[in-house]
Amino acid sequence: MSTILVTHRDDLASKTGMWLFLFTEMLLFGGLFIVYSVYRYRNPVAFHLAAQELSVFIGTINTIILLISSTTIAMSITAIQKNNKKLALLLLGITVILGLAFLVNKYFEWGEHIKEHIYPGSSILALRGHGDVLFYGLYFFMTGLHALHIIIGLVFILVIATSILRDKINSENYVLLENSGLYWHLVDLIWIFLFPLFYLIT
Amino acid sequence: MKSVENEKNHIIPYKTFLYVLAVLIVLTLTSVTLTQISLGALTVTIALIIAAIKSSFVLRIFMHLKFENKMFSRAVIGVIMLLCAVITVTLLDYLNR
Repeated sequence: MSTILVTHRDDLASKTGMWLFLFTEMLLFGGLFIVYSVYRYRNPVAFHLAAQELSVFIGTINTIILLISSTTIAMSITAIQKNNKKLALLLLGITVILGLAFLVNKYFEWGEHIKEHIYPGSSILALRGHGDVLFYGLYFFMTGLHALHIIIGLVFILVIATSILRDKINSENYVLLENSGLYWHLVDLIWIFLFPLFYLIT
Repeated sequence: MKSVENEKNHIIPYKTFLYVLAVLIVLTLTSVTLTQISLGALTVTIALIIAAIKSSFVLRIFMHLKFENKMFSRAVIGVIMLLCAVITVTLLDYLNR
């Protein structure tokens, strides 16, 4: 008796589900960008001065780190399509290391602010006025939420990497790798807007 | 084991991604340089236009929208238009108070 094993799989539906989730993420951050625009419009001077205290250098380095990590995860999909498992894993490894580097930079950046008593709820920050409280409140909340997404993305990528190691994801079935890539690119996309809004427009 | 494939898969060459990365880094540095020079009200516009160009590269190439089922691109454009509409209405409200 011969049986043909057929796995029922719907890659298009899988990707559609991922995109629908990404849309909710876009609207979540979109809402925060609207809050930012309104507060900035109402407190132009305070936002202008507060933004000048952020390090453009660290911000630029972090932007480039995220852009490279997006490239490496995108290339890992090409690698798996070409059945090059080792290269795919190597590229995912680089992506994870770059993600961690981003978080380390963020840690030092936040550390500097906290040392100067700039953090939400700080009484010293409150003395500087309403506009500064709003700016740093949004800064910590939005970059913090973004960093949380980086952490989730890193866990997602590590889970995918173990699936590749166990051959559960291979050149025939890699939609989960594509979905983790989509999530990582979204995190990059959000940073592309966070960076100019907080660091550059002063 | 047989798997049911329901779409043909497009393989993007490694080089393409590296070219896109180069463009994205150049755009980032351009944005940093231009905003350091004081251009007044134009600064915001320039920074956001560059961010939009960067996003379109990420969406079309990194996120494969260029090669994917057109449904995805249309949905993304729909979400972006919804966001722009909400931003416009909110700002119109605040600017005319």
